[in-house]
Amino acid sequence: MEIKNLSTRMLSKIAKSDEHGENSPYFDGWKAYDSDPFDPIRNPNGVIQMGLAENQLCFDLVQEWIERNPEASICSHEGLHAFKNIALFQDYHGLPHFRNAVARFMAKMRGGRVSFDPDRIVMGGGATGANEMLMFCLADPGDAFLIPSPYYPAFDRDLRWRTGVKLIPINCQSSNNFKITKEALEESYQNAKVKVKGLILSNPSNPLGTILDKETFKTLIEFINDKKIHLVCDEIYAATVFGGANYTSVSEIIQEMECDRNLIHIVYSLSKDMGFPGFRVGIIYSYNDNVVNCARKMSSFGLVSSQTQHFLASMLSDDDFMDKYLLESSRRLASRHSKFTNGLDKVGISCLASNAGLFCWMDLRHLLKEETFEGELGLWRVVINDVKLNVSPGSSFHCQEPGWFRVCFANMDDETMEIALRRIRKFVGTNEQENARVKMAKPWRKNLRLSFSSITYDHETRVSSPVIMSSPRSPLVRAHT
Amino acid sequence: MTRSQSPERKESPNRTPSRTGMRLIVPLQGVVQGRGGLILGSLIPCALFYFLQFYLKRHRSQPRQRSASAANLPDLQRSSSRANLLARGSTVRAHVSARASPVAKPNDSPYYIGLDRLREDPYDEAANPEGVIQLGLAENRLSLDIIEAWLSRNLTGSMLGVGSDALGLTRLAAYQPMDGLMAFKVAMADFMTEVMGRTVPFDPSRLVLTSGATPAVEILSFCLADQGNAFLVPAPYYPGFDRDIKWRAGVELIPVHCRHCDNFTLNKLALEQAFNQARKRGQKVRGILISNPSNPVGNILNRDMMYDLLDFAKTRNIHIISDEIFAGSTYGDEEFVSMAEIVDLEDIDKDRVHIIYGLSKDFSIPGFRVGAIYTYNENVLAAARKLTRFSSVSTPTQQLLISMLSDKQFTLDYIKINRQRLRMMYDLFVAGLRELGLECAKSSGGLYCWVNMSSLMSTYSDKRELELWDKLLNEAKINVTPGSACHCIEPGWFRFCFTTLSEKDIPVVIERIRRVVKSFKPSV
Repeated sequence: MEIKNLSTRMLSKIAKSDEHGENSPYFDGWKAYDSDPFDPIRNPNGVIQMGLAENQLCFDLVQEWIERNPEASICSHEGLHAFKNIALFQDYHGLPHFRNAVARFMAKMRGGRVSFDPDRIVMGGGATGANEMLMFCLADPGDAFLIPSPYYPAFDRDLRWRTGVKLIPINCQSSNNFKITKEALEESYQNAKVKVKGLILSNPSNPLGTILDKETFKTLIEFINDKKIHLVCDEIYAATVFGGANYTSVSEIIQEMECDRNLIHIVYSLSKDMGFPGFRVGIIYSYNDNVVNCARKMSSFGLVSSQTQHFLASMLSDDDFMDKYLLESSRRLASRHSKFTNGLDKVGISCLASNAGLFCWMDLRHLLKEETFEGELGLWRVVINDVKLNVSPGSSFHCQEPGWFRVCFANMDDETMEIALRRIRKFVGTNEQENARVKMAKPWRKNLRLSFSSITYDHETRVSSPVIMSSPRSPLVRAHT
Repeated sequence: MTRSQSPERKESPNRTPSRTGMRLIVPLQGVVQGRGGLILGSLIPCALFYFLQFYLKRHRSQPRQRSASAANLPDLQRSSSRANLLARGSTVRAHVSARASPVAKPNDSPYYIGLDRLREDPYDEAANPEGVIQLGLAENRLSLDIIEAWLSRNLTGSMLGVGSDALGLTRLAAYQPMDGLMAFKVAMADFMTEVMGRTVPFDPSRLVLTSGATPAVEILSFCLADQGNAFLVPAPYYPGFDRDIKWRAGVELIPVHCRHCDNFTLNKLALEQAFNQARKRGQKVRGILISNPSNPVGNILNRDMMYDLLDFAKTRNIHIISDEIFAGSTYGDEEFVSMAEIVDLEDIDKDRVHIIYGLSKDFSIPGFRVGAIYTYNENVLAAARKLTRFSSVSTPTQQLLISMLSDKQFTLDYIKINRQRLRMMYDLFVAGLRELGLECAKSSGGLYCWVNMSSLMSTYSDKRELELWDKLLNEAKINVTPGSACHCIEPGWFRFCFTTLSEKDIPVVIERIRRVVKSFKPSV
């Protein structure tokens, strides 16, 4: 005991602080999943992971491409000749063909309406590392960034923990579909007790799945120019837009209106659009030369593996493939989204109208026993423990109104999604029964029987079972995205 | 009674100058002699005294005049306590945070200037034979062919996997534990055990893997010290530590100067003094950062010194960070002993010992970004694991290395052959330098040698060292690292990395150095 105290005392404040957020009750959902993960064969009654925004819909396309293009990898006979140079390459500028490919891809997903300068591309350790790096560059300890709520929970950790920067939420209400209003912006700015250095938001939004309309965008640009604060746009979901919606990137808006470009910065990553979170590819694109310069030097702390850079350089510059990929990915997302939201609609659950992202923002206010955050947490525990779905409660996203939940649908196959919908239907049905005190005529049938028939479950290629990443007792908690 | 009213005020202004002069001098005399009462007699002389001191102080701290030939060189201050990096260069660049502005300004260290220069004009035997030869980057190119050969023998196809236990794309691309796959930790632990002499088994559950040793050092700094605290570090030291530890973690580095007379090994007394002086200044020392084998000198810590360090750390309740990234790059006769071995043997208070490792030097793959923190402290382990979310190893790279490092025969062969080649290059290079009358410090590890070039300096000063460095870079066209960039207190020492060369490059390099040496000593 004495040694333990000694070793705790020897730690820094940062190491001892709770700013990593992993002790909060919201990680109970993750723990429930980790200890009882769903598997169609081995554990059909397990918890289905719907709290992780991972995109597994198009792995087959990528796999095909890899097989057709062995020279992209240095681990193949065709690609081996590049091994020595790649293995030695540790320049923080990044491989030139990698930067060119990323710039090209970013322009492509914005419909070719803007072009990106490869020399402004800086690497980071995933979007996580990229966001943190920007905070180090733009703000000092004690400064603040405004952020529209609800927002991605890990921002609390990524933007604040080591940097000492504060986050001030801009309250958005369901009454106007959580749009950012000028009044809300002004209110947050005026009430800030510390120096506000900038505004950060994700567009498309996590958890809402909505994209910023031009009107709101213009208001934002005017606001940041007026207050002379930075604007950081996390565009990590930019290519998950579906349904033909018109996505506008900040890079396009600044072409259309007056703006001090030194204030504009974009964060990007391949974790969501391409489904490559394990590759750890974070990108900062800044219009501010000093920030590019500074961030590039700091990128030594989170460089992308040259092997990965080399591979991606090939893939992202294959125009035909990327065009096809973007179209197909968008189509599959649209299809999954509509199946899921229709399924929910049938049981009276509505979602916020959205056309991007890997999730929906579900409205469960009518299921709350009381319209409070305690009620929300109560409902959430029921969903995890009884319905066996790991969804994310709105309060973890700092939503001001209880009863909203984010549910992810792109990290599973169709069968698993059906099972999830069935469980939800059952739960809503039971809930209604309880409320109405009417017994169901038919006995409740266990709805987890799958039709195995001719489907073989090859766990290497199917995307049904989310990876078991850590032992139940591991203190490791996976990325809570 | 004060004679505050001076008689000449009543007189008319059109007096002759001499008379006015006298009228001024007399009361001034009185002031200086302390006559004239409280104001004139005491306060004014005191004020004059302080103004004089202030004037002298201001003029003393202005920069020295630079000579014409060194017009573009940075002005170095070689002092035993480094100024706070964040306090220097206080011009706040437009729109960038105050803590980022020193980072944003152009690199003024010769270490970085040399690298930039080389990027513009790199040597190539065929295409650019007059280009700058790289001897300033500790990169190992001697044994990459061995790895390439292994790959060639073991490939089954694409990056989806090497060997039969490949991860499918689903698992390859998906989120994984941020501090590394367990299989990769096992492979790394085995490799570290092998590299460090098989005297202590490394436990995979104590490993935290990061994207390079650079973030590993930074993460440890964030875990072990608060902003404004300090680590003691034997100097000369690796210039990158200034970046890794100071920039974002805000931890100070207090150099403990090592001298030629000790072959640049750490002196216990100097360590004590540095600690005590820090305490007097009010600086809280949280740990000692050692590199073993050391960079830039290349010497190895002996057991006695390691025991002394552990005692020192225990009595002062501080951490020891042992950067052992060159552990597999030893070529001398001295035995390399890892801090893990000492700790393991003696059941010493383990919570304060942390080891840094990585594959950039020993395994020649700096581009792949693989670093490791090995710690016995459960709390540091827990905190460091969470911090790896900002700097994780790319999964395809982990996958590739799991296969590679699990091939025990391959790793054994690699380590052995690499050491032999290092030894050979070291011997050749040092012999070449000796012909020119240049001696090296005794070293047993690392990818470089520590060369004494003070005989080529007319005066023993940092300015002459920089001039020599400039001459080597721009006339001899070789990029080497001057001791001042490594915070060496004795001018004239340079680090020459010889592992970026092939055997046939050595005579070319020696010839170029000879040209410079001749310009100083025509008899060579």
